[in-house]
Amino acid sequence: MKRLTIVFAILAVFALIGSASAGTLDDVKAKGFIQAGVNGDLFGFGKPDEKGVWRGLDVDTARAVAAAVFGDADKVKYTPLTAKTRFTALQSGEIDVLTRNCTQTLSRDTALGLDFVQVNYYDGQGFLIPKKLGVTSAKELDGASVCVLPGTTTELNVADYFRSNGMKMKPVVIENTAELAKAFFAGRCDCLTSDASQLAGTRAIASNPKDYMILPEIISKEPLAPAVRHGDNQWKDIVNFSVLAMINAEELGITSKNVDEMLKSKDPKIMRFLGVTEGNGKALGLDEKFAYNIVKQVGNYGEVFERNVGVNTPLGIERGLNALWTDGGLMYSPPFK
Amino acid sequence: MQPNQDKVQRGAPPATVPFYNDPKKRAILFQIVTLLMVGLLAFYLISNTLTNLEKQSIATGLGFLQKESAFEIGESPIPYSAADTYGRALVVGFLNTLIVSSVGIIITIILGTLLGIARLSTNWLVSKLAAVYIEVLQDIPVLLQLFFWYAFFYNILPSPRSALNPIVGVFLSNRGLVFAVPEAHPVYKYMAIAVVVAGVVIYFLRRWAKQRQARTGQIFPALRVSLALVIGFPLLTWAIGGAPTAMNVPVLKGFNFIGGTNISPEFTALLLGLILYTAAFVAEVVRAGIQSVSKGQTEAAMSLGLKSAQVLNQVILPQALRVIIPPLTSQMLNLTKNSSLAVAIGYPDFVSVAGTTINQTGQAIEGVALMMVVYLTLSLLTSAFMNWYNKKTALVER
Repeated sequence: MKRLTIVFAILAVFALIGSASAGTLDDVKAKGFIQAGVNGDLFGFGKPDEKGVWRGLDVDTARAVAAAVFGDADKVKYTPLTAKTRFTALQSGEIDVLTRNCTQTLSRDTALGLDFVQVNYYDGQGFLIPKKLGVTSAKELDGASVCVLPGTTTELNVADYFRSNGMKMKPVVIENTAELAKAFFAGRCDCLTSDASQLAGTRAIASNPKDYMILPEIISKEPLAPAVRHGDNQWKDIVNFSVLAMINAEELGITSKNVDEMLKSKDPKIMRFLGVTEGNGKALGLDEKFAYNIVKQVGNYGEVFERNVGVNTPLGIERGLNALWTDGGLMYSPPFK
Repeated sequence: MQPNQDKVQRGAPPATVPFYNDPKKRAILFQIVTLLMVGLLAFYLISNTLTNLEKQSIATGLGFLQKESAFEIGESPIPYSAADTYGRALVVGFLNTLIVSSVGIIITIILGTLLGIARLSTNWLVSKLAAVYIEVLQDIPVLLQLFFWYAFFYNILPSPRSALNPIVGVFLSNRGLVFAVPEAHPVYKYMAIAVVVAGVVIYFLRRWAKQRQARTGQIFPALRVSLALVIGFPLLTWAIGGAPTAMNVPVLKGFNFIGGTNISPEFTALLLGLILYTAAFVAEVVRAGIQSVSKGQTEAAMSLGLKSAQVLNQVILPQALRVIIPPLTSQMLNLTKNSSLAVAIGYPDFVSVAGTTINQTGQAIEGVALMMVVYLTLSLLTSAFMNWYNKKTALVER
């Protein structure tokens, strides 16, 4: 009889798990931190530095969400994910938000049970190649061995690109980003294909970065966006507006340095944005100071970009598409009102 | 005496005993309850999964197998391109797994047997070398060994443009081993048939030779004749077929070699890693098997005047096999399952292709189910074959 009781207890627990589907915001508040899925190996986007502190554009995006929810950007725990495990981790509830340089596509948005929010980096796929091969264009790559990460949009794009140009390729597919880079630097493949930002990150860790070049062709659009589980609209709004808050702050000229002075501003847009005029926080179910906390603790988008991937970092990436719309880029925030 | 009285005297339960006190009926009842609960649990898990998938709008079903895969696979025994379906991509992955594990199993058994025998050698150096090999390779995780061999191949070997060319038509580079193969010609198909024919002839020849030896005591040189047949038949076919000598020689064109046949560094690293690792375990199995045969058997065989090779082949090994086969089966299963580590070094085995498929379609449950079915089937087939062989070699008690 004792055994029977145990079995029924287990069944009851299963039933409880099934019915426990409170909103992600409540779950996150209950446990006191945000579990973010990040890359783990990608310099400039998500990788711990030599002291073990997580750094990168995607890491800062997750920190912005934590700043919005808890008023403390440090309340994030990171789960390093490979390209193949990232969506399953989000689907299964292992992580609360996926900030891991993921390309937003129609099929991912529909079939994978997830929702993408505001793009935090506009990217495109390119090729990294050793200069000594003497190749100057991707059109000369017929017959090349190509190193590529499995389960990525780049894996599909490169197959499409070679097919549409009537060229042949041999993919070398290794799941671990670091192992793939090692194989590429050792000459196992002729070129490495990935998003241009990742190629810059990979080149930055080469023993001699000057020996490698990124070919001029950009063969795809890769809008990299954070993702959340499908069906939790409140949580999606929070993550979405956390990213947008960084962009809006840059538009309004608010930085982590001047944000305290800006609290005194009489500009109604700034007053609304920083929560001096109340309303935005309540609408999202957050503290009225959520945007202030993001800017104060993480910075505006321009600061985050320059700190992690900008021209003064080893990656040396120009703003390009990621500049504000007023500077000819694509970063544009809807009004915070 | 009346039968009724007899029953009572034997202490059998009277007809009025309630069913829950009857151990037989109770056992049946408990089994039904258990079955019901397992069934309920399964139903609950499946229906719960399905509703949750639907709630999160994740696609379900095996319909994705018909869709265009749109990704390339590095090596494939059958023609495949990104325009083919996920189904075909998975078949490619399955065949790659099958190739690496079947080749791996055959070489592992040969190497493991040799090592096991060497371990028992009376020669001090040979025995100690085998012991060191077994201890070291057993203790290093197989994934590390795979990384080592893979890094070894791409770091040590030169790029294709400065490939090593030890003999004409063979090139060794970090893209793998490329070698010339004969140009396609119908005669090669007939040569394959000739090999099969030679096999059948040898089978009957050996039976005849055994019977003759039992009858007259004369020993027929079966090994040498068999070898001659296996080589002679196809060679004769080739000569009759016009003796074509055209070769498909690989040439360096652009980035890589065109033509010939290529054995990739991923395949070689995986095969080598699996073989060297599993052979260490097989060696121990073989050693244990040989040591299980009583020493008197060797002494008896030697006193009959058998040579030491004959003692090993005719007396010791057939008896040792009975002990060896069951643990050997589990080593073969281990090798097949460990081949799924291929994903770490870029060999497109079933797990690698299925993993990509899961990621592109988002259908993790179906993908993982397919992986389970494939490995279960492979394991059950291997076990079935080995159990059959085990029965064949087992001691027949009369």
